[in-house]
Amino acid sequence: MAVKRRPLLTKIALHLGLVPFLIFALFPFYHMALTSLKQDRELYDRHASPLLIHQGPTLEHYVHLLQETAFGTWVKNSLLVTVLATTLSVVIGTIAAYVLARLKFFGVATFGTAIFVTYLVPTSLLFLPLAQVVNTLGLGDSKWSLVVTYPTFLVPFCTWLLMGYFRTVPKEVEECAMVDGATRIQALLRIVLPIAVPGLVCAVLFAFTLSWNEFIYALTFTSSSDEITAAVGVTSELIRGDIYFWGGLMAGAVLGSVPIVILYVFFLDYYVSGLTAGAVK
Amino acid sequence: MAVGRVGVAGAARRSLRVRELLDREGFLGPAFVSPAFLLILFLVAYPFCMAVYFALSDAFIGRPSHFVGLANFVNLWTSDAFRQTFQNAFVFTGAAVGFKLVLGISLALLLNQQLWFQRMIRGAVLLPWVIPTALSTLGWWWMFNPGYSVVNWTGISLGLLDAPGPNWLGQKYYAMAAVVTVNVWRGLPFFAITILAGLVSIPRELYEAAEADGAGPVARFWHVTLPLLKPVMAIVVLFSTIFTFSDFNIVYVLTRGGPINSTHLFATLTRQVGLDSGRIGEGAAISLYLFPVLVFVVWAQLRFVRRQVY
Repeated sequence: MAVKRRPLLTKIALHLGLVPFLIFALFPFYHMALTSLKQDRELYDRHASPLLIHQGPTLEHYVHLLQETAFGTWVKNSLLVTVLATTLSVVIGTIAAYVLARLKFFGVATFGTAIFVTYLVPTSLLFLPLAQVVNTLGLGDSKWSLVVTYPTFLVPFCTWLLMGYFRTVPKEVEECAMVDGATRIQALLRIVLPIAVPGLVCAVLFAFTLSWNEFIYALTFTSSSDEITAAVGVTSELIRGDIYFWGGLMAGAVLGSVPIVILYVFFLDYYVSGLTAGAVK
Repeated sequence: MAVGRVGVAGAARRSLRVRELLDREGFLGPAFVSPAFLLILFLVAYPFCMAVYFALSDAFIGRPSHFVGLANFVNLWTSDAFRQTFQNAFVFTGAAVGFKLVLGISLALLLNQQLWFQRMIRGAVLLPWVIPTALSTLGWWWMFNPGYSVVNWTGISLGLLDAPGPNWLGQKYYAMAAVVTVNVWRGLPFFAITILAGLVSIPRELYEAAEADGAGPVARFWHVTLPLLKPVMAIVVLFSTIFTFSDFNIVYVLTRGGPINSTHLFATLTRQVGLDSGRIGEGAAISLYLFPVLVFVVWAQLRFVRRQVY
């Protein structure tokens, strides 16, 4: 069947229809970056157009942020918590997902459902009692409390995502290996996991993003400047009293998003497929 | 030497036994599930029970608590802040999910066409969803700043608003509109991309058959696209409902629940009452008002959407 060629006009109209959506999605980032690069003089000039830089860009807000605040420490904390929580969760999630997707044992269906239910539990339902648990564990006001608690939402997510991927790996591939003398563990490590690499990449990316972006636990369980994460540091420590330093605040928001943006640029397709897999599968 | 050999043989026998055990499904299954199970037991199920326990007591930070039955849940209704929050939660969720669904379908339909720079456009559309919400909401906070609002500046320049424009975060209805806008901004990518995946999976033949029967574009949308999108839309709406209802970040950063509680949601009120004021019992009771919504969403998901899986 011949493919109908859309007239050029229709195609242009389509793109025009997308313009409002793109402006809506991107303008806040543009404005954030713009503000962070403006000199204070221009920033607080009510007659200047807020949409462009007229008086020349400056990096003074970034310099101030890195030299005069504990921003570097917050980013380090975020990285530590994110890397550890992600690693822990992906490992726990992978082994759980594999046996839930493949094996038959007592309680497998119930536990699969339990994982799904936990996946839907919002963090805002549990932060109050979890704060008590964290204190009991002696982790009050420590970034380690986040390493311990982030897996509560990351593990269900990873398990759920990976169960879907493992189901798509044909059972026969694994059975062949086992007939040839491999144990189940060897079959998992050498046959199933390599096939499921796209799923694992997705799980890592999403776990990383979810823990980097987490806010309510970090805000509740940690408070001193040495322990807080980037998101908490920027939203609480940079806002003191009634005078806000908008340039610095926006610089913090931009820099605090950089690690995610880098991942995003390189792994866009995984984000797209993971987003739909998490919900649809 | 002899001892060493026995040790090696013992270790070999032991590793053989472990190997056999790991090949048995009845052992490997529970063994591999147990880390996740223990995590959920101690850090999800146990805190949940604690929340229930707190909610049934008059717990206050640093004071022994007493069982008070359902008093917290009942007494909340005498609080103006709570009644306002209850109403806000439904207005916020209804408006935000409604907008996200309608805009999400429209955006998905556009993205489903042959486009120039397809990958870049998808990347741009998805961006609000991956950036830390607390930080991007700061950007919105600045955009809604009473003195320097770029929203008002643009509105006034285009002649859509009268100077000086609304004080977005300081007036009741405008503040609600602002938090809904930010939530829609953040959640729209999830709707659009997921619905797009649903659109892609609709077989072309159905459209060709409908076209052959004389159905125009509008009729094809109503009678082919929408009915076939229903399962995907159901999942997306259910997901979004629970996470919008329990939203915390946007309201906390943008308005802290103000002005005069007009944007408080359960999560932000829980924090204010349970942590800032130290009334843990009352705070836990507020957060548990999220629970019926969670139960409904889980029930609906398991009953209608995932019947085929479990």
